[in-house]
Amino acid sequence: MSTEVPARSEATATPTAPHRMPGRESADRKQVTQGRWASMLLLPTLVLLAVVIVYPVINAVTMSFQKDAGLNPVTGFFEQGGFAGIDNYVHWLGQQCNGQACPPGTLGSEFWSAMGTTFFFTIVTVILETVLGFWMAIIMARTFRGRSAIRAAVLVPWSIPTAVTAKLFFFMFAFEGIINKLLGTQILWTGSEWPARWAIIISDVWKTTPFMALLILAGLQLIPDEVYEAAKVDGASAWQRFTQITLPLVKPALMVAILFRTLDVLRMYDLPAIMTGGANNTTTLSILVVDQIREGFNSAGAVSTITFLTVFLVAFIFVRFLGANAVGAATSSGKK
Amino acid sequence: MNTRKYLLPAAVAGVLAISLSACGGGGGGGTSTGGGDASLDGRGPITYVQGKDNSNVIRPTIDKWNAAHPDQKVTLKEQSDQADQQHEDLVQHFQAKSTEYDVVSVDVVWSAEFAAKGYLQPLKDKMALDTAALLPATVKAATYNSTLYAAPVSSDGGILYYRKDLVPTPPKTWDEMMGMCSVAKSNNIGCYAGQFQKYEGLTVNAAEAINTFGGKIVDDSGKATVNSAEAKTGLGKLAEAFKNGNIPAEAITFQEEQGRQAFEDGKLLFLRNWPYVYNLAKTDGSSKVKDTFGIAPLPGQSGPGASSLGGHSAAISAFSKNKATALDFLKFLTDPEQQKFFATQGSLAPVLSSLYTDPALVAKLPYLPVLLTSIQNAVPRPVTPFYPAVTKAIEDNSYAAIKGEKSVDQALTDMQAALQAAGAK
Repeated sequence: MSTEVPARSEATATPTAPHRMPGRESADRKQVTQGRWASMLLLPTLVLLAVVIVYPVINAVTMSFQKDAGLNPVTGFFEQGGFAGIDNYVHWLGQQCNGQACPPGTLGSEFWSAMGTTFFFTIVTVILETVLGFWMAIIMARTFRGRSAIRAAVLVPWSIPTAVTAKLFFFMFAFEGIINKLLGTQILWTGSEWPARWAIIISDVWKTTPFMALLILAGLQLIPDEVYEAAKVDGASAWQRFTQITLPLVKPALMVAILFRTLDVLRMYDLPAIMTGGANNTTTLSILVVDQIREGFNSAGAVSTITFLTVFLVAFIFVRFLGANAVGAATSSGKK
Repeated sequence: MNTRKYLLPAAVAGVLAISLSACGGGGGGGTSTGGGDASLDGRGPITYVQGKDNSNVIRPTIDKWNAAHPDQKVTLKEQSDQADQQHEDLVQHFQAKSTEYDVVSVDVVWSAEFAAKGYLQPLKDKMALDTAALLPATVKAATYNSTLYAAPVSSDGGILYYRKDLVPTPPKTWDEMMGMCSVAKSNNIGCYAGQFQKYEGLTVNAAEAINTFGGKIVDDSGKATVNSAEAKTGLGKLAEAFKNGNIPAEAITFQEEQGRQAFEDGKLLFLRNWPYVYNLAKTDGSSKVKDTFGIAPLPGQSGPGASSLGGHSAAISAFSKNKATALDFLKFLTDPEQQKFFATQGSLAPVLSSLYTDPALVAKLPYLPVLLTSIQNAVPRPVTPFYPAVTKAIEDNSYAAIKGEKSVDQALTDMQAALQAAGAK
């Protein structure tokens, strides 16, 4: 039942209590004034958000229902396309170009493979980064000499701009690059599908595992030592302590970290764009959007709206999943 | 249940994701050919827009113009050095019908798109430009629907770099070159490479192969005509060379720079590249071929091959108020004196054929006579308002063909269909 939700600062929304006592009333009024003040102070931020976030989204959605300008074959000039209905969406989702299946070599023919590639990258990189990040966080949580130096050093990959990382790995994965030299191989990393995908995954994991590690580390440090000591006294093994104490207690922080990473990697652009240019089945949805912008804004509006809804859906599933657990942990009774 | 609670954070997260992709803005189109007649006679200060002036070529040129025309001064607006960003900046200003930009520098492959969108002032009638002295291919690249829309300012073409210590006379034809690959094999180096990674460079190389053997990607009326026997021969030659190893397998990852490095390392017998490589291969400390390489026109079917064309043109914005001044500035840019300065100062290939034999210039840029042959035989990349989609159709399908993922037949059938879907029908 929704009314059971713990009252937060929403008190201003329901200021009328059935029994009004003199002292209580002045407190209420105070709260109302405070609430007014709060919303007035928040207003500039809200307006700013509306301008930079809400307006572009609405604009993109509106554009996605317009046809792209088409060439008038008689004059040789472009003319406005007019209202398109859901044509742009049919074009992408059905991979239809002018009423037939989009031939290879058009952006339209790549939609579902881009969707698949995006999710492939998301699943693989998030799993790898979570496991490696957890491992790094556990190491960093220990007390040892030079711990702060390690923590700082771990952040270096994260602080390098993605485009720079991509260029670095582009050179390292080149045919004459250092990776082939070190491994003694002659792999064409950016020239065929699976090596290209792995090159991108390796770069992404290198770059963003520190981010995961730090978020998880923050969660680990919230666990009091007493819990571990008590478990030790009870004779729990190291593995039991990990699965029974560390994992459940770090879960909220872990979930937030995974959510952030997932949303981030769903809009992956720089790494594949720079390392492979989207060749060999490494085109992600964001690359598709940017390429389509060059060919026609309105159709790009449609594919970016689809991307938006996809990310939204994933976020929704995550937050719902996450939220249920957070509530369960906090109240630990009643609601299921 | 109260899904609202979950919906809001999810929505915020999603919104953040889209706001990145949604900033493309505005719709296309507009058929207006620009201001009234008054602007055609307009004289006064104008703004010239181009990408970053890395070798300090345009500033001294503009200073010179300004000294001679104190009442019609030119102001330089420098864009970034990224072609995509330059394109975007121009589109934004044109869409807003901005009068701020008067003369703009356009990459040869953009001119048709800008012309078809009504952004550029046609150079005809009162605004006509004398093109007699210009290299024909450069004029063709600036022409859309039989109307000239821009003045060619700089050009570029592919040339063949070869190892003169291993092959004394350069090959004249493709087949002759493939015949010389046994020399490469006995020296244990790769035979031939160009730019075959999937990017604009592949369009350049695939178009050269197709054009060299008489194929046409898009005909003069803008129709896709790539599914022809000639095109099949051309693309087939590239695919075959990849298959039998005359083009080493790693060339599939080559852009200009990787090819240059392999050639300078002595790992290639032949390299197709732009003229910029010449000075680097001569002077780079790491170059092992300083004194042992030569240059020649691209090999063709029976004579020189058909190079793709690079370079920039200058066009007048349809929304400019001072078009008379702008036209004078265009003529000034194509004047032999400025062209010579561009060549010596910025190594930009001139658009005037007469300069390619100028002794002073040839002394400084020894590749000019070879480049002239290349540009005289050059075929512009498809002049089409749908260039981004057209180049994608060429890249994707020729990439599949040279990798052997598709037969050449199938690749050309798909390329034809993709070109038609792009609008070239």
